[in-house]
Parts: sequence; structure tokens; C-alpha cells
Amino acid sequence: MAEVEETLKRIQTQKGVQGIIIVTAEGIPIRSTLDNASTVQYAGLIQQLVMKARVTVREMDPQNDLTFLRIRSKKNEIMIAPDKDYFLIIL
Amino acid sequence: MMASKRPKSTGDKKNDSADSAGSSTELGLPDDIFPLVLTSGTQELFECRVDKDVTRESPYKILRKEEILKDMKTRAAVSDFHPIKQTVLNYPGEELLLMFDRDFTCGQNFYLVLTEESKKRILEPPVSAREDTAEGTSLDSPPCKTPECQPWVSLGSEREIEEESVRDSRPRLKYRISRVRRKFGAPVTFTDCNAQESKDKYTECTSYDDRKFSIERMEITTGVQAVPTLRSISTQTRWTYPRNMCSQYEFREFTEEEKENIANSENFRNFVNSVVSRFEVAAQQNMIFDVFFNDWQALHEEDGIFGGKVETHLKEYQSFTDLHFTKEKTISDINWHPTINGLIAVSVMEKLSSEGKINGSAKLLQNPPLIFFWSFSDPINPQLLLECPDDVLSFQFCPSNPNIIVGGCMNGQVVLWDVSAHADRLQGTRSAAGKATSANECALPAFQDKRELNTPVVRYCAVSGVENGHKARITDVQWLPENFEISKAGIPVENKAHICVQVITCAPDCCVMFWDIRLPRVTTHSLTERKPKVTETPHLNRSDVPNTFKHLDLSWKPFIKVALPKKGTGAEYSPLKFSLRDNINDNQTGGSTETSEQNLEKSEGGTEYALLRASSAKQLKPLEDISTRFYIGTQDGEVVYTDWKMEKDNDSGRLLSTKPSHCFLVHDGFINSVRRSPFFKDIILTVGGWTFAIWKEGVMNGPIIHSSCSPKKCTVGYWSPSRPGLFFIGKEDGNVEVWDLLEKTHEASQTQNLSTTQITCIKPWIVPPKQHFLAVSDHSGTLHILEVPWSLRSPSYNEKSNMAKYFEKEVDRLIFLNKRKEMRAKEKKDKEAEEQKKKMEPKMPEKLEEQIEEENLVHYKTYLAMEKVILKNMGLLSDEEPALN
Repeated sequence: MAEVEETLKRIQTQKGVQGIIIVTAEGIPIRSTLDNASTVQYAGLIQQLVMKARVTVREMDPQNDLTFLRIRSKKNEIMIAPDKDYFLIIL
Repeated sequence: MMASKRPKSTGDKKNDSADSAGSSTELGLPDDIFPLVLTSGTQELFECRVDKDVTRESPYKILRKEEILKDMKTRAAVSDFHPIKQTVLNYPGEELLLMFDRDFTCGQNFYLVLTEESKKRILEPPVSAREDTAEGTSLDSPPCKTPECQPWVSLGSEREIEEESVRDSRPRLKYRISRVRRKFGAPVTFTDCNAQESKDKYTECTSYDDRKFSIERMEITTGVQAVPTLRSISTQTRWTYPRNMCSQYEFREFTEEEKENIANSENFRNFVNSVVSRFEVAAQQNMIFDVFFNDWQALHEEDGIFGGKVETHLKEYQSFTDLHFTKEKTISDINWHPTINGLIAVSVMEKLSSEGKINGSAKLLQNPPLIFFWSFSDPINPQLLLECPDDVLSFQFCPSNPNIIVGGCMNGQVVLWDVSAHADRLQGTRSAAGKATSANECALPAFQDKRELNTPVVRYCAVSGVENGHKARITDVQWLPENFEISKAGIPVENKAHICVQVITCAPDCCVMFWDIRLPRVTTHSLTERKPKVTETPHLNRSDVPNTFKHLDLSWKPFIKVALPKKGTGAEYSPLKFSLRDNINDNQTGGSTETSEQNLEKSEGGTEYALLRASSAKQLKPLEDISTRFYIGTQDGEVVYTDWKMEKDNDSGRLLSTKPSHCFLVHDGFINSVRRSPFFKDIILTVGGWTFAIWKEGVMNGPIIHSSCSPKKCTVGYWSPSRPGLFFIGKEDGNVEVWDLLEKTHEASQTQNLSTTQITCIKPWIVPPKQHFLAVSDHSGTLHILEVPWSLRSPSYNEKSNMAKYFEKEVDRLIFLNKRKEMRAKEKKDKEAEEQKKKMEPKMPEKLEEQIEEENLVHYKTYLAMEKVILKNMGLLSDEEPALN
């Protein structure tokens, strides 16, 4: 538990990181460093995106799976790491 | 048997015919025709059967005599020809004509023609008759004889007629039927009677189905039309009426407990661990490489330089001259209005020589000098005119309140104008249709036009007293920025009011004066006594002059006078232009409307300048970071760097100005521009005589860049507001030179001729977005507005840092140069000393040889020691080795 916290803190303090959100597979946020409204918004939107991306990758090759998703926009970047049950979103 | 009958009939008729025959001979028929009866057998033999071979139409049959004779021989007396045996024998010809006589004209049904001639006659005349009739009357046409009427010859046709005609076979019977007389005219009764009751009354023929009679219809003619099958169906939907409904949702969330549970689970931990490593990779990538750096755009910046020589010239945008006022006059100063785009103010003065000025001084009163406000929207009529007491050489808008203008005159007076009353009018000139946006909406168009056609003239509202001001013409006037003010001692202190309240002027009477537009603080009694006097002093006040600066009018005094004594000599410098370090007014662009707008708001909130009081120096906090030093350009071409702080003179206890720290005689003529670069606070451009120089504050050895002498005098210089390395120099012959220090430093990168007379002032201005103007005025009174092309207004990539580096290089060069100079000077000195020594030497007695040898040994030893030291320093010799001896 503590190490988890520590790891998260480590990422948080890295340069350029604005916030972290951990979401379940259904899109319900578990942990977040941003305010509630943004968290929920991000969680909902990104969950759909990740589903889509995963399906895309899987369809091309069933053995394949999504490991990392990076969305780069003009102003910032969103990094998403999906897993079986959870996602980690870093802004 | 016909034949048998015939003879009978013929027998009957024979009698008749005998009679007739006899009659025929009487008729004229010759003897050569002999009626003959031919039996059917004979007829068959001779092929003259009745109605078969011989008909009415062709009644001729030619018989051969021999055959007749033969027949006569064979049948002897039975033969029909017996009676005519003799004639036949006598017949001359071979053939005999047998005529069928149908009509029994000769008594028998045949007759034989006995003579040749008659034969011919019978045969031929019908032919000839026919021929005659056929040919007309051509052959033998005797003259036409009218047929004579001959008695009817009955040929048996009467019988037929008789048969045909209808005659009463018996006399006609006549019957007469009549009713009984009593029944005539008796009343009659009619009754209906049903026809069907008694069968006698009618008969009917009913139709019955005749079975024997059946007709099958083989053909029928009908019309056929194809018609689509149509069906008509209807449905009805259930009509639902609209209802208002709303739903509300909330995002799903875990409760705190659940969150805790999940966070603690093993699953979660594993997940986080596995995932974090990926992130670290990504973060590293981001750190190595700046993702958001747009290479493409950065490339574009550099490329602009090489973008071809499209537009490097300053384009003429507009030019302003006023024919009434600016004839024979020159423009002395230009100022862009700080807030209103497109508005520019120009001060105009006489361009007489100094003698002319003295002689023609009477003229000035009739034709007062003016400051013109020009607007881009109206090139012919100026928007506003400011009346000046005397020719104004320099003026400036107050940065915090653009309606206040301060100007310095020829006679040493400082003038203040307040144009707040006309601010609307000036504001209205922003749009092209300035007249339409005028706030004064007059119902009567006649009045409206008149008012706007006449340019309003604003009289100055305050002027300093002649005895209090400068003794010579004021050549430079500047407002002090609103963030600080100067106390009586010359110490910059903070400005509580945040509006510009102080003005600095300089004049060739060797002093720089500081003026405050507020009334001085009430310190001494005398001032309080003087105050009522001030208000009572009668003014010739015009009604349209605002009372903003009434308190200053004619009594304005500077609160600091900075004298500029020269070092060493007792003379003083005569400053023409100056430049403060922290003066933000020096390079104003249109982009700084924000700060000035804020200030406008404050000033519009109602700062009554009359009520402002200069605060006591003790109350205000002195500002440390404001430099009190400034550069001055003098009439003799010197650049002076001095301090305005007053220091107390220990002897007399008065405040005296400090002596200037540095002075450089660089220019050959009087200095006409001292300007700070808008990008580097410590870079100053001075223009004077035939050269210009760039100075760096702090580097006191000399100018870091000094241009070569140009063939024509440089009359004015100004930095470009957007490019760090660019500045404009105006020349005596009307050329404007564009100097780009990054491109060329030995000559101008561009020269453009604008007018024939000398350029008197250059002021650039930026109208956002991206319109850069250069206002250039010349000696003939014309104001040219030029548009600065893109290549001259957009800085190249990293231009500022490049310029900074360049300046540093120059500074280094200068320092090096100075060092070299010193070194050379020192060397020279040493050389001289040595020469002196040498001169002295022959006077000394000759040394003995031993002494010389000793000296040589000493020299050698010192040399060895030096060698050791050098080798040690070079590291070739280690410390342990014994020194060579």
C-alpha cells in the first residue's frame, strides 16, 4: 500500500506531470490528483477511447494487446496505460 | 326433234315464206339467192349447224362446190341441195356462200347465194359498209344522203312487245261498300280491350329457339385495357401527446470504503508496478526531446530573410501638408498619439536663420505658431490646432493622460495644453468616416457642417513664467514615467498617484530643469501668503481655455535645476537632448495601450491637477533601482553622462548638482538625437554632425560603435521599435537611411530619398496588428508617413540575442583597444624614458672591464633563473631535478 503511494508520488513529482487518475475498467475513478469534475470527465471519455483502441489492436491480431496509449495535443499530452482491470491516466 | 319440228314450222311458214319469197323477189333480191333448207344432218356435214357454227353474227358459211356435188351424189334426192342441183353445177366459182337466214327473210333458214357477184356483194358490202362506217366517209363517200323515211317493216318484234305489255285481260270490276245510313254520325263508344284476351285480335310471332339454327361466334371485337390492380389501405398510428420529461444522472463513484478496498488489493499493486515502468520510458522520451517544439514554424522564421527582395523599401503611405500654415515653415517635432491610432501631432516653426528670427519676430504675433494634429482619415484638414506662445521645438503627450501635452518654446517657456474637451473629436477620427461618428448629433445639418469644418484651435492653458524658465530655447521636453517621481533633492521616490506629474526640460542655457505640474507643497509661510496672490492675479482668460493648470499659469517654476559644469574648466555644457535610463516614454508603441488605458481610467476618475500637491520627500519611499544618471548630448558635439542628484555642498549648505562623470567629444557637430534602444536599456544612439555613435552605459571608454563620416550631415536618428538591430538615420539631403547592424556596419543597408530638404524628425509607430509606420518630417514642412515593409519590421530569428552578443563583442573590442592604447602609451613612455636615459648615458664614466664582466655574470645568472622558472611553468622540468648551473 505504502509503496503504491510512493510510486504514485514519484510519478507525480516528475517534470511536466499535471495529474494522475486511476480508473477501473468500467470507468469509475479510484484515485485522482485532480478535482472531481475533471476526473470524472476524463475517466468517462478515456475509458471509451481505450476500449476502442484495444478492440482495434485485438482485431488486427488476436494475440496482440494494447500496452500504452499516448495522446499528444497542442497544449499537453495524455498518457494511458491499460491493464486487465484498471487504467492509469497521466496528464 | 328440232329439225323435224322446224320443217314443220317452216312448213307452216313455208307458205308464208313462199309468199314472202315471192315477195322477196319483189323486194329486189336477185335470183341468185335461193332459200334452202338444210337438215340437221346436212348441217352437221357441212358444219353449219344452227347457232353453233353459224350464228346471227356470222351467218356466212362458204361451201365447196365439190362437196355439195358429192353430197348430191351420195344422197341423191334426199340431199337438200337437190332442188338447186342445176344451179350448183352451173356455178362458176368453186365456192358457194351459204347464208344463214335466221329471220327467214328468204323463206328458209338458209339461203344459198348463186352467183359470184352477189356473193361478193354480200360479203364485201357489209365489209365495205363496215369499213365505211369505221373510216368515216373516206373510201367511198358519196355526199351524205339524208335517210329517207321508209315505211315500217315489221320484222317480228311486235310479238314481243305484245307479250310484254300489260293489258287488262278483263274489264275491271267495281264494288261499292257502304254502311247503313243510320249508323252515320251515331255516338260512338270506345272501350279498352285487352289484346291478349281474344286471340283473334292479334297474331304474334314469338321467337323460339330454333335448334337447327345455331351460329357459332367465331369472332368478336372487344376492347381490352390493362389496369393495375389498385388497393386502398389505411392505417392509423396511435397518437401520443408530448410530455415534458427530464432525467438526471450522476457519475458512478465508489464510496471511500470501496476505494480503500480496491487500493489495498493485491491486484492493484501489481498493476501499478507493471504500469509505472512504461511511464518512465515515456517520461524519459519527453525529457530528451521537446515534443511541443514546432520545427516547421521555427524554420519559417529564418526563411523570411531569404524570402527574396520583395519589399525592402519604405512605402509612402500618406503625406500631410497644410497649405495655409506650413508654407515656409519646418517641422520641429513629431509625436504619435499614444492611444488613438492614426493620429499624429506635428509642431511647426519658422525656418528663418537666427538673424531672420530677430528681425521677423513681429510676424509671430500675427501668425501664431501651431501644433497640428493630423489624422489618417483626413489628409487635408488637420483635426486640431494647438496655439503656442512661441515656436515649439519639442513637445510630448503625457503618457498617463494623452490629453495633456507639454511643450518647450523658443523663448524658454514651458507650455501645457489640455485637449480633453476635444477628446471625442479626436477619438472620432479613428474611423474613416470621422464625421459620422461625431458625438454631437445636431438636428440642423447646416450647423453641424460648419462646426466640423473649422478646425478647433486650442489655446495653451498654462505657461511657465519667462523669468523662471530657461534662458534659451528649450530643445527637449520629456515626461517622467508614472512609476516614480523626483523629490526636491533629486532622489527618485515612488509615485503614489501613478500618473505622470513631472517634466524634464533641457536647453542650451546649460541647465536641465525638472518641473512638477502640481503645486509645490506648502512649506513656508511665504508660500501661503503667495497663494492668494496667485489666484488674484488677473489673467486674460479666454472662455474656451480649460482651467486644468490654472494654478501653474505664469508662475510655474522648476523645482530642480541641474547645472552642467564642465570638468576642469569653469564652462558649462549646453545640452540639446537627453535620455534617461528608466524613461519608458522614450519608445512608445501602440501596443502599450493597456497601461495607458488604465491610466486614462484613473485620470478620468477625476484627478484635479490643481488639487494635487507635491508630497514631502520624507513620506515617500525612495526607489533604489531607478538610476539617476542620464546621458546628455550637447551643442558642441559632446556626450555627457551625468547624475541629476543634488548633493549637498558642505561649504554653503546648498544643494548643488554633481559634476558630470564622463564626457566624450565624439561628434563634429551639435548632437540632435540621443535615444535609448527599446530592447536594451543600456544601449544609446547618439547622432550628431556627420556621424552617429552607439554607447553602452557602463562602458565609459568611448562609444562601442562609431560610424564613419558620411558625406552628408546626419540630422536625426531613431531606433526601430520592433527589430533590435535596426535604426533609422535622417540626412541633410532628405535621405532616410536604414542601418542594420547585423547586416552591415560600415554603411547603411538601405537608403531612400524622401524629399529635397533635410529630414528634421523621424518617429516610428506600430499600429497593431502588424502595421508599422514611420513618420518622417522634412524641412519644407511636409510630414510623410511611410509604411515599414515586413523585412524591416520583423526581427530575424534570435535577433535580440545576436545583437546582445554583438554589442558585447564591441565592448570587448573597445576594452581591448583601450588596453592596447594604454600599452602603447606606456611603451611610448618607456621608449622615451629610455631615450632619455641613453642621452644621459654617455655622460657617465666608462665602467671598468671587470665591472662589465661582473655585470654580465649577474645577467647570465638571472637569465638562468628565468629559464628555470619558465621550464617549471611549462612542466618540462620537475622540481626534484637540480637546477643546471
